[in-house]
Amino acid sequence: MKSIKSLASGAAVSALSAAFLFGAADPALAKGHKECVSWKTFQEERWKTDEKAIKSVVEAAGDTFITADAQGSATKQASDIEGLISQKCNVILVVAYDADAILPSIKKINDAGIKAIAYDVQFEDPNALYITFDNIGVGRLMAKEIYKAKPSGNYAFIKGDKGDPNATFLFSGIQEVLKDGMDSGKIKNVCETFTDGWKPDNAQKEMEQCLTKQNNKVDAVVSENDGMASGVVAALKAQGLAGSVPVSGQDGDLAAINRVALGTQTVSIWKDSRQLGKAAAEAAVAMADGKDAAGLAGVMKFNKGKKGVEMNTILLPPTPVTKDTLAAVIDAGWITKDKACAGVKKGSVAVCG
Amino acid sequence: MSGGAESSTAHLMTTESPTRRFFRATEIDTRLLGMVGALVAIWVGFQVFGQIITGEGVFLTPRNLWNLLVQTSAIAVMSTGMVLIIVMRHIDLSVGSMLSFIGVVTGVAQVYWLSPWLGADNPFIWVVGVVVALGVGALLGALNGFLIAYAGIPSFIVTLGGLIVYNGLAWWVIRGETVAPMDAYFELIGGTPQGSWIGGMASWALGGLACLAILIGVAVNRSNRARFKFPQRPVWAEIFLIVVGCAVALGTVAVVNAYPWPPKVAENYALEHNIAPPAEGLIFAHGFAIPMLIALAVGVVMTFLSTRTRFGRYVYAIGGNPEAAELAGVNTKLITLQMFAIMGILAGVAACITAARLDAASNSLGQFDELYVIAATVIGGTSLAGGVGTIYGAMLGALVMQSLQSGMTLLNFDSAVKDVIVGSVLVFAVWIDQLYRRRQA
Repeated sequence: MKSIKSLASGAAVSALSAAFLFGAADPALAKGHKECVSWKTFQEERWKTDEKAIKSVVEAAGDTFITADAQGSATKQASDIEGLISQKCNVILVVAYDADAILPSIKKINDAGIKAIAYDVQFEDPNALYITFDNIGVGRLMAKEIYKAKPSGNYAFIKGDKGDPNATFLFSGIQEVLKDGMDSGKIKNVCETFTDGWKPDNAQKEMEQCLTKQNNKVDAVVSENDGMASGVVAALKAQGLAGSVPVSGQDGDLAAINRVALGTQTVSIWKDSRQLGKAAAEAAVAMADGKDAAGLAGVMKFNKGKKGVEMNTILLPPTPVTKDTLAAVIDAGWITKDKACAGVKKGSVAVCG
Repeated sequence: MSGGAESSTAHLMTTESPTRRFFRATEIDTRLLGMVGALVAIWVGFQVFGQIITGEGVFLTPRNLWNLLVQTSAIAVMSTGMVLIIVMRHIDLSVGSMLSFIGVVTGVAQVYWLSPWLGADNPFIWVVGVVVALGVGALLGALNGFLIAYAGIPSFIVTLGGLIVYNGLAWWVIRGETVAPMDAYFELIGGTPQGSWIGGMASWALGGLACLAILIGVAVNRSNRARFKFPQRPVWAEIFLIVVGCAVALGTVAVVNAYPWPPKVAENYALEHNIAPPAEGLIFAHGFAIPMLIALAVGVVMTFLSTRTRFGRYVYAIGGNPEAAELAGVNTKLITLQMFAIMGILAGVAACITAARLDAASNSLGQFDELYVIAATVIGGTSLAGGVGTIYGAMLGALVMQSLQSGMTLLNFDSAVKDVIVGSVLVFAVWIDQLYRRRQA
């Protein structure tokens, strides 16, 4: 670690002199900054993917990457951030454990003249840049793909946990797309239910009840994630309907991608966290170079948070994984071809051969 | 267990009312009757309510009742063990996470290890999958039991720790991924695909066997009582029991047989087997699903274990008075360890049913199931003070819980309302039970 740091500071000196000689306008020459991340918890698999992506961009730019893991504690995160400030970070990416409790720490970051980025989790501070996937967009994409497959008929909606704002967020995106169809009566909402804990086995029971109530007259199912979609598909399978009723999901679960190849699930909306990490790291490097967040590519104003604070925001579009776009997920290395194509009949899906 | 209180009132024969005499003669547990009454009330209530709200009651259709039985099976299996744990004045909070860990392990074993090695759908895979599930369950349960019995740590703490630990282990094994699809034979355990329903003829045969078993049971009981000079039930009471028992068994068969195969499934089957469908369409009966039969078998075995073996008598003896049992020479530590191991095995059975039914395993499987299992057990009349509880009561309790859940889903209840109602029913049921017990005493 120490040798990397001294190397970096060496690089900083040469970068400074280079900047002095050639003018600071050229970002490729501005080396030696520190981009830091405060994770809310590192116990979840996905953050390791994010970290890898951020680290590679930062190091490719010749900067130093420093992280701290709050281990799921708002208190520890506050002291983590103090530590990062005293290490003289130029930009701090924060994955907030608690969107409100983090605000005093963000103020400290601002006061120290450091730039803050809200990574994946929003905290409402007008000085910070917020980078995330477009969650309302995820709902919209789900509904669009299902609508494409079944533009009219009886729709069932299997929503996530009622305590998770994301479940409602997603649903507003879904409704937005289906509104016209529902108003004209072409689309009928026959079942709509929250699912405790986003649990697949609960979703399965809900779907069974829905099919019983409807005497199997269900034409499409919008499920808000892949885990629940597995329950929905199992319930459909018992009625011999799996494959003929379109089902949505999100997360790019490996099993869900396999279901997409098998044809029992229509779409899984995939939020590639490597994409998110890359975008955030590039923004961080640019901001460390002194660029204004508002001027970065893809930045827009966003004020749909709880308090309605207007923030500079980058919303990344998620990728819908369907039978036609399967190749993209395999090429990206997210899933092996064997896993994606397990059990798929020869000739039914182009990618699987 | 329930016999003692009634027989002490025998000398009051001249003053007792006809209903009292009826219950004494048939030796029916009145609390069981109360629970059956509550279940019927819930069922009819949902049917009528559905008719009023949607104009069409679907609760009391063969299809919904069939679903209900399948949905109840995993919780019912675990509740049979939880009864005896609670009877022994212990608790097991770890069954839900144990289920998820076992489900994940057997899923990974099938999908990632056995299937590539033996080739997909090798009939050997499901056997290994089940053996692994039951083995891991027995091991984890025995570990719980060891810490409780031999290390002297309270069961609440050991299993609360287990709840967290097994949850972590399940995550650690698959890192939040979902393992799917399961082995095709293994999937039959869950009752989802065609092939996991035993059909109309086999179900009637099973119903007939059940009738025969009831008949033989009553006859054996009668001759045993004669041998030991115990008072006999009057003949009319014996006949009444046989008729009611048989009616319940055959009625259940009639219900599960009245649910025909889904049209799409029947169509595919006809195509595959070159059957020309008749004009009125193909009608195949579902009959019992495999998970129902597993739950039934577990119920029978556990009832036998608790009422007809030395192990069972010791369990109730320990629950009634642990010190007295120990002084009487019962190896309470070993019995405790064995009981928790049995609970683990039952969690393994439930894990197989749940993972097979979903055709996938993930670490969210079984979360919070411990609460439903404990609630089912308590609604089923098990006293948390220990010493009192029956297997059939707990299984009925599980059915009551699932009836409420699925009935409210059918009527599109808001899920917050669902939680409020289920929680209230739990407390209400225990209160009623307390009142009843006080009146009895």
